[in-house]
Amino acid sequence: MQYTLLILVLPLLSFIVLGLVDSKWKPKVAGTIGTIVLGIITALSYYTAFEYFTLHKVAGVYEKVIVYDMEWLRFTDALHINLGILLDPISVMMLVVISTISFMVNIYSLSYMDGEKGFQRYYAFLSLFTFSMLGLVVATNIFQMYIFWELVGVSSFLLIGFYYTKPSAVAAAKKAFIVTRFADLFFLIGILILSFYTKTFDFTILTAEHTTVFAGTTGITFMGFSVLSWAMAGIFIGGAGKSAMFPLQIWLPDAMEGPTPVSALIHAATMVVAGVFLVARFFPVYYFQTPEVLHGIAYVGAFTALFAAVIACVQTDIKRVLAFSTISQIAFMMVALGVSGYEGHEGTGYMASMFHLFTHAMFKALLFLGAGSVIHAVHSNEIKDMGGLRKYLPITNWTFLIACLAIAGIPPFSGFFSKDEILSASYEFSPFIGGLMTFVAALTAFYMFRLYYSIFWGKDYTIKASSHGHDDHGAGHTPHESPFAMAFPLIFLAAVTCVAGFIPFGEFVSSTGADYHIHINLTVAIVSVVVASISILIATMMYRKQSTTPDKLAKIFSGLYKGASNRFYIDEVYMFITKNIVFNNISRPIAWFDRHVIDATMDGFANTTQWVSLRIKGFQSGQLQQYAYVFLFGTLLIAVLLFIF
Amino acid sequence: MAEQIIFYVLAVIITVFSILAVTSKQIIRSATYLLFVLLGTAGLYLLLGFSYLFAVQIAVYAGGIMVIFIFAILLTNRPGENVKSELPIRRLVALVTSVAGLAFCGHIIYWNVKKVIQLPLMEELTPQKLGHIMMGTDKYQYLLPFEMISILLLACIVGAIMVARRR
Amino acid sequence: MSELFSNFFSGSIPMEAYLGISLIMFFAGVYGFLTRKSLLMILISIELMLNAADINFVTFNRYLYPERLEGFYFTLFTIAIAACETAVAIAIIINIYRNLNSVEVGNLDQMKE
Repeated sequence: MQYTLLILVLPLLSFIVLGLVDSKWKPKVAGTIGTIVLGIITALSYYTAFEYFTLHKVAGVYEKVIVYDMEWLRFTDALHINLGILLDPISVMMLVVISTISFMVNIYSLSYMDGEKGFQRYYAFLSLFTFSMLGLVVATNIFQMYIFWELVGVSSFLLIGFYYTKPSAVAAAKKAFIVTRFADLFFLIGILILSFYTKTFDFTILTAEHTTVFAGTTGITFMGFSVLSWAMAGIFIGGAGKSAMFPLQIWLPDAMEGPTPVSALIHAATMVVAGVFLVARFFPVYYFQTPEVLHGIAYVGAFTALFAAVIACVQTDIKRVLAFSTISQIAFMMVALGVSGYEGHEGTGYMASMFHLFTHAMFKALLFLGAGSVIHAVHSNEIKDMGGLRKYLPITNWTFLIACLAIAGIPPFSGFFSKDEILSASYEFSPFIGGLMTFVAALTAFYMFRLYYSIFWGKDYTIKASSHGHDDHGAGHTPHESPFAMAFPLIFLAAVTCVAGFIPFGEFVSSTGADYHIHINLTVAIVSVVVASISILIATMMYRKQSTTPDKLAKIFSGLYKGASNRFYIDEVYMFITKNIVFNNISRPIAWFDRHVIDATMDGFANTTQWVSLRIKGFQSGQLQQYAYVFLFGTLLIAVLLFIF
Repeated sequence: MAEQIIFYVLAVIITVFSILAVTSKQIIRSATYLLFVLLGTAGLYLLLGFSYLFAVQIAVYAGGIMVIFIFAILLTNRPGENVKSELPIRRLVALVTSVAGLAFCGHIIYWNVKKVIQLPLMEELTPQKLGHIMMGTDKYQYLLPFEMISILLLACIVGAIMVARRR
Repeated sequence: MSELFSNFFSGSIPMEAYLGISLIMFFAGVYGFLTRKSLLMILISIELMLNAADINFVTFNRYLYPERLEGFYFTLFTIAIAACETAVAIAIIINIYRNLNSVEVGNLDQMKE
């Protein structure tokens, strides 16, 4: 399977070429090249998946295949960093997901980004992102993963800040980068602790079932927890940063400043699930060595899911609603991993998490692309500017509806199957988490249909007077359905969403690699479907026609409403902590010390030197004749002295 | 007798025009005085029996270099403009320095150099002989310096053109 | 009186006489180099000094080693080098004049920084 290297090399080449030629080529050429490369990668990924799942099954278990493993940096015998390609069920699954979504987004962007300044740059960054994300999932060791992890962060930064002339986009890009970077610090610390005690970075060694590499950590504790717990918690914090778990979720809603296809690719389907992927990758370590951290993950996930779902109910920017929905859904995956056991039926959670990752990627990308299509049509992100669009955007309407049904968990759409598995795994772990998850699922159905009805139903779309004179596509004309390049990804993803639930996912991906047959827990399924349906019904009553019920409800729960629409003031808390506590009490004194002690010492050297040189610079006047005088006097003096003595 | 008279006449010409050349207010006059000094020097060479050097001195210095000088003066000077000098105090310092150096060196020449009164005899220098010495590679023959000078001249020509050409 | 003259003129010319002339020429050059502002004047002074050196070479050659010709050839080469030097120097001076519109040495102190 040597050709898998191409999957990594091609997007990198595409990035370099597109990045170098920049505006030398016509936008269409650059876009076409980027898209064709992505098409090839997608084909290769599918072929890899096909070959892997048909050929590499040994005794009923999918084995880990290391296609490449070359030493990149060697410091000592123990400390060396390898780069390679590791194929196992989850990485192959991720290859398929990433390349598919990326391909769709590339096609979509051809039309969506048409005429934007920096179109070529956009495609170069897309390629960079695809490259780093693919490199991340096939990493053979933690360090390679960390390298690509940071590359993913950088490309996310670049893409969020794509409209770099817009201050809000720049701020959002900075915020995303700093928050994830802050989390990555813990990731790095975790990696260092872990590898310090285990003497290896290698995933295959670390996650082997009966491994002895953790023998060195027994008995070593720090503040009541074993060092291994600290390491794994650090690694999880890294993942939580990328996956926007509470309290590190603050960057994701702001990241919606980026172009909508980017939100679909990075902030819905691929990058944000990197944290889930990370936990899944380390799952055996979490499960066997540090179960307390795994349970912590479950609780963090459950809280985040609820928290984000509540906020999503009141947001008015459609992309932000989707962003909070993403946070909530990723939290679902985290919960599933947290509650999972290891083998057989116990391992439902793990499988469900990966399954949900797969289905969520498809329908969330679909939702974002649909939102992009709506934004393309009405040129606004705000719900109040929309309503009654179903007549104008039939394709978007139908695909959006399918995605909403999928995320709400209505059979036979894919979301139902994966969410049901998560719910049943949660109930088995603890009824409390199970109940909470069911409630969140109900909220999900509610806010998604609130969004759906607000966009496509409700009041009739009123064509505004042309207030945006600068924009020839602006308001003042009838919204129209998107061109084919945008409609095709919608239709394709909708089709995938319809059928993905019937994939016998457990046969491909499970915690041990062995087959696992999905069986739907009827009680859980019926309960969740009923709850979701009721939520949808409520949403239908409230938002299908214009009504005053939502406002009345908002008045009744005014405290909750206000808190939720301000995202529970988490951003303000962050601002308070960073500005008032960190800046004033730590950074200021450090800055003072730096300026008045360290810099002053250096300035002192400089000033002394300057003072001395001012005194002696008269010798270097640049006047030729003055030099001649000095020379002549000197010569005469020496000659006379020699003559006398 | 005639040699002596010629020598002293040349000595006076060289001394006077040297001093005039460095003190004249107008640069074109300075150049003219320099020409006279160079011609006088050529006369000294002839007096010493080096007629070939006499010819070279006149051809290269008086003929070549002076022409360049005059061109340069005409190119860079506005007509009738006097050349500015240093401040009087600096002129005085320069004068004192020069005279001190002159006195010192004169003292050394007068007291420390072997007195040679008589001009020794020397066989006649034919251009043929000079050419052989110039082109030979033996001891006291100068092919290598000759070639080096040729390359230096070429480099200078190219360099001068490069520096002076208008960009 | 005429006897004095005839004595003065009839004796052979001593080497010091040649050296004295070259000395005067040389220090005249030094004086010019130190006092004149124009680059061309400085160049003229340099030519004077070079010429003085030439006279010394030839004189020593002729008086002390009449059988050899080192001083002679040295002078020959010096004249050639002087020609080169003048050509380049004047090229530089013309270039300076183009850029600064003056040939005063006092203006040329940018190199000190």
